[in-house]
Amino acid sequence: MVLKIFFPQCCNRADSGLLVGRWITGHDSAVVLAVIHYPFIPGQVKQYLQQVQAQSGVELSVLGSWSLPTESQEGMESFLRDLSTIFPQERWLQVSRQIGKTGFNCDVLNPAQNGRAAQREAKKKKGEEDEKSDGYAGHKGNNNEEEEKVIFIHYEQRNVMLSQLHPIENGVSDPKTDAPSELRQMFQTVASSQPLFFLDKYDDGPLKLTHWQSEGREASIIAELFKQASVPLCRLISWLLSIWVWVCNIWVFSLYPLRFLASKLSTCVQLSYRTEHMKTLSSPKPATDHTDFMRKATIMVSFLVDVALGVLLILWLYRDNHIPMLANALVPAADHVAKELEELLQWLMGAPAGLKMNRALDQVLGRFFLYHIHLWISYIRLMSPFIEGILWYGGLSACFGLTFALSLFSDMVALLTFHIYCFYVYGARLYCLKIYGLSSLWRLFRGKKWNVLRQRVDSCSYDLDQLFIGTLLFTILLFLLPTTALYYLVFTLLRLVVVLFQGVLHLSVDFINSFPLFALGLRVCRPYRLAEGVKFRVLCDEPGTALHLQMEMNPLKFNTVVQTYRTPTYSCYPKDSWATLVKKLFVGELIYPWKHKSTKTD
Amino acid sequence: MDDEAFADISGKAISLDCQSHSSFCREFTVSSPKVSISKVLGYTCVVWLLAYTVFFFTENTAVLSSAIFITLVGMVLHIHFVKVDHESLLVIGSLGIQVSSSYASGRETTTFIEMSKIKDIVINEAIYMHQIIYYLCVLLKDPSEPNAVSSVVPLFQSSKPRLNCLVKVYKSCQEILSKC
Repeated sequence: MVLKIFFPQCCNRADSGLLVGRWITGHDSAVVLAVIHYPFIPGQVKQYLQQVQAQSGVELSVLGSWSLPTESQEGMESFLRDLSTIFPQERWLQVSRQIGKTGFNCDVLNPAQNGRAAQREAKKKKGEEDEKSDGYAGHKGNNNEEEEKVIFIHYEQRNVMLSQLHPIENGVSDPKTDAPSELRQMFQTVASSQPLFFLDKYDDGPLKLTHWQSEGREASIIAELFKQASVPLCRLISWLLSIWVWVCNIWVFSLYPLRFLASKLSTCVQLSYRTEHMKTLSSPKPATDHTDFMRKATIMVSFLVDVALGVLLILWLYRDNHIPMLANALVPAADHVAKELEELLQWLMGAPAGLKMNRALDQVLGRFFLYHIHLWISYIRLMSPFIEGILWYGGLSACFGLTFALSLFSDMVALLTFHIYCFYVYGARLYCLKIYGLSSLWRLFRGKKWNVLRQRVDSCSYDLDQLFIGTLLFTILLFLLPTTALYYLVFTLLRLVVVLFQGVLHLSVDFINSFPLFALGLRVCRPYRLAEGVKFRVLCDEPGTALHLQMEMNPLKFNTVVQTYRTPTYSCYPKDSWATLVKKLFVGELIYPWKHKSTKTD
Repeated sequence: MDDEAFADISGKAISLDCQSHSSFCREFTVSSPKVSISKVLGYTCVVWLLAYTVFFFTENTAVLSSAIFITLVGMVLHIHFVKVDHESLLVIGSLGIQVSSSYASGRETTTFIEMSKIKDIVINEAIYMHQIIYYLCVLLKDPSEPNAVSSVVPLFQSSKPRLNCLVKVYKSCQEILSKC
């Protein structure tokens, strides 16, 4: 068997003492956590370990002894052997360093084979004498290599403690799957034995330890100040939020039309989304596990970035009178669009692209739409004095964040292109009616009908009159179809352009809301915090010493970071696949930029 | 260490380096041939000639500068993401297997597979384009069923050595795996 000893790098040069750590059961490996230095009272060590064990829940034990090379070797051997009887263990490690060698030496003593161990000690003494005589070190490890091989795996204690092994497994593990793997257990051991690392060398305790914080505890004043400040801030925000939620729940707002409108306006959706986020942020209890913490931090950072971008936008908007310029440009633009539409309709009412339409229907439809545009232009004229004010106050919403400004812009685009939406709906409805009429009359033409109860096409015997009328209607509809289809096509294309533009706006809002900036920053600045796994490097392979490996963190890939830590968002763009979208367009069903509630559940 | 000459599936010479760190820890490194200068020159010439012909007809100098840009960026991307300089396999008995490949620019990607997840290492056959090749792969255990194989991790994917090289690596891997 091969024995694996995970050894912290900070203990490489520690003074001699006792190795404290944990045996990982079932894997034949030991994790060394700290070294307790020599003048100690065994009772106190046991008491301290029990105390830490109660705090952290890690089964700590004394693994063995650690010795640096000293002058008086003679007394040392028996002293170390005696130690193993003071701290009874199944196995006792004797790790030692030697002058002129980088590798460690490790002897494993089993109390059951104490007699044999003693024999080996005797052998070793001989070996040492040889060493003294010809200055060649190398036999020492060979004696016990036959039965017990040892790998030393050096790890950076700080990095291992702070890192999170992916994929994340939270405390509750399924009973079906077997115990967590060796590395995961090792990471958990180091991470949860934090109470052991609180004692540093400036403390006046009876025990002196070496671990990654023994030179002084690592902390930041700014971080502590932030922690102190965050408590009242969270209180304030949650109080404000409660008022806001109370205002939102007033019965006036839950009336049908208002509610429907609110669910369609992207500003309102963004507002509710932000409220939800602030609720998570300002919750009084601190984040317990890694996912919770990362979620909060990601929300916080994306909120701050959002607000910063919004403030930049405000600076740009209000500095050089950009708002009146925009307002002055907007009204002529809307006018221009209306004029273009009018020309388009005139073109459609003639002989568009050389097609010969049904003249009467063409004229009726064209006049209808022209009247609509006329209405629209007068609406714009009425609005024009107020547009500057609306823009001015609307621009202020950017101080809540760029996402608000963008969603407001998207809503304004939706309102300003309402005529295009209306045209599209009329065209689609007409076209849809025609298509459905044609399909049912086509069935009649073949002597069949749609059975609603059984959801299938049945054969049916029609009267002669019915057949005559049906066929007549079919011909009329068929000949009128190209005219409506043309109107439908043109207005659908217009509508699609608007939907595309709004979709781009919504996508960018979604991107700002959900992009895990914090996790990416962590990945760039502290790559060890998010570990995908580990990698090993062979440190030295001097003949005679045990194998030494260096364990390093393998940082998570960037696309995995984005996938794992994306904040889940509402999806404002349609979930239809491209095929269903094309089918809907062909049949003449309405398409929406927002999520369409599907009530049909058959 | 060994003078035997190995080749990859297309006949180019590759070198295998076996390092034995201890009786249960071995490292195998397969190095592929370096980027040949004639190939680089060829591709650059093709792109520049194309750009020059386009320039001849359009008389727009942006075409030429974009050609320079494209060749430079293409070269950087090639050595950073495509060209693998050497691949190595580190087998540590009772701990696991580490697969790493280092690119020509120095970028390294490493994955470590724990021993508890590994079922075996085998040589497998695969149909590749119009030929049948051998490759070395690690079989991973299915956590729910002890005897089933959940997935296969192919080794030496970019250098694709021939069978004689694979057999050598396979034998020494099995030696370590059977011990632990």
